[in-house]
Amino acid sequence: MKLAYYPGCSGEGTSKEYDVSTRAICEALGFTLTDIDDWSCCGSTPGHSLDHALSGALSARNLALASTMEADCVVTPCPSCLSNLKHAKHRMEDPAFKAKVDELLDEPTPALPEPYSVLQVIVEKLSMEEIAAKVKKPLKGLKVACYYGCLMVRPPKVMQFDDYENPMSLDNLLVALGAEVVPFPLKTECCGASLGVVDKEVTSKLSGRILERAKQFGANCVVSACPLCQMNLDLRQSQAEEAMGQKFELPIFYYTQLLGLALGLDDSALMMNKLVVSPHALLKSLDAPAEAVAPEAKAEPKAEDKSDEGAAS
Amino acid sequence: MEVIQLDKARNTNFLKEVEAESGQKLSTCYQCGNCTAGCPGGEFYDRQVSQIMRAAQLGLKEEALGNRSLWLCLACSTCSARCPNEIDVAGVMETLRSMARREGYVNDRPIESFWKAFLDMVSMNGRTFEAGVMADYMLRTGRGWSNLAMAPAALAKGKMPFFPHRIKGRKEVARIFKRYAEKRS
Ligand code: SF4
Ligand code: SF4
Repeated sequence: MKLAYYPGCSGEGTSKEYDVSTRAICEALGFTLTDIDDWSCCGSTPGHSLDHALSGALSARNLALASTMEADCVVTPCPSCLSNLKHAKHRMEDPAFKAKVDELLDEPTPALPEPYSVLQVIVEKLSMEEIAAKVKKPLKGLKVACYYGCLMVRPPKVMQFDDYENPMSLDNLLVALGAEVVPFPLKTECCGASLGVVDKEVTSKLSGRILERAKQFGANCVVSACPLCQMNLDLRQSQAEEAMGQKFELPIFYYTQLLGLALGLDDSALMMNKLVVSPHALLKSLDAPAEAVAPEAKAEPKAEDKSDEGAAS
Repeated sequence: MEVIQLDKARNTNFLKEVEAESGQKLSTCYQCGNCTAGCPGGEFYDRQVSQIMRAAQLGLKEEALGNRSLWLCLACSTCSARCPNEIDVAGVMETLRSMARREGYVNDRPIESFWKAFLDMVSMNGRTFEAGVMADYMLRTGRGWSNLAMAPAALAKGKMPFFPHRIKGRKEVARIFKRYAEKRS
């Protein structure tokens, strides 16, 4: 399957490991990624916070570029980019809004393709059995809290992916990789998003609660699919610890890193050493002899009936 | 407790403007409070999101635009997902925020400065890079020291590029911003 790839700006900086591991797992799973040539920033939170038409124009430029590629589907790893791209596409179904966007662009926008997350394509194009069959190194011993954050599932009308209160796609994926998934009620709570830049208090508290709960439920790591969530939970973990008056020391992986690890990919494709809270002790313990191994992996009860909702075309 | 004189404070056009700009029917809000109950920003707000919805519905422009909450909203869309009347509440918050900016109600300059620093970077290069955005933001506001505390960790991990990636089509992107600025002036 050929995918037009929108990496997003953070993939060139703070989430380099997400970009690199995404490319590696896609290759390993048989998806061909081609970067959208000369892609530009979607405007991120500042764009849509200031003006929907401005955000729409910044996103539309990229979708228009993607529409000229012969790809089966447009994808991005970043939920924040995806939210902007999807909102632009959906809002532009209204001719009045499209006119406002077109006024800002050199040329009127053509019909735009629907963008998807890399995660959605993986979990909808491949069955969990197919993925499990490719696992070379089961993630036994990892107790994972799956943290989805806001943007991947909300607002549901626009994102059209998984259950917006209790998503299961990452849970099911991690179970297929042999990890134990702990029940985690804060799956879709907000981490404080980009407000951390100007208001440390809000982000430290909200992220701190997520980490505290993950620990209380027995997780030894958290998995994320969002560069902003990952940064708040990992790079800013020390601020969260300060706000909550306790130590967490929880490694925060991108799901692509754990998927790559289970598929037996090389560390150069996973870039584990980019994580601020070091995962090395935990990963080393996975290689330890059998008696240290955790009980059989199991997901939350609702696993079965959530796995096949929604569909990427 | 503050007293609001409805006959004086109400601006009957205001509700229409908000509905038109957001595309949402605020008149269907029946104050169930679901949005407020799930709002992660609530504990930091000076007006709860359902109160802001009520203010907009009643045409209480000062109340709806002159609060700090608009600038603390995390755009998480929990409110939109849980509203029984399918109002995109987060979208309304965003609309109110852009109205507040246009009408000079800006209550929290630091966040505004961060957004501007970010978008200037996009306008110049076509993409952003964190180091540049943060430096610009700190110069504008003299704030952001808590971020600076994070910089060494980010640097050590090679996560802070010092030069932006400039795309070929950056002039094209700059024109988007130019037209946007012209339209607004
Ligand atoms: S959830 Fe909807 S109906 Fe209920 S108070 Fe909020 S906006 Fe009004
Ligand atoms: S989008 Fe804003 S108002 Fe709505 S729940 Fe999230 S933080 Fe609260």
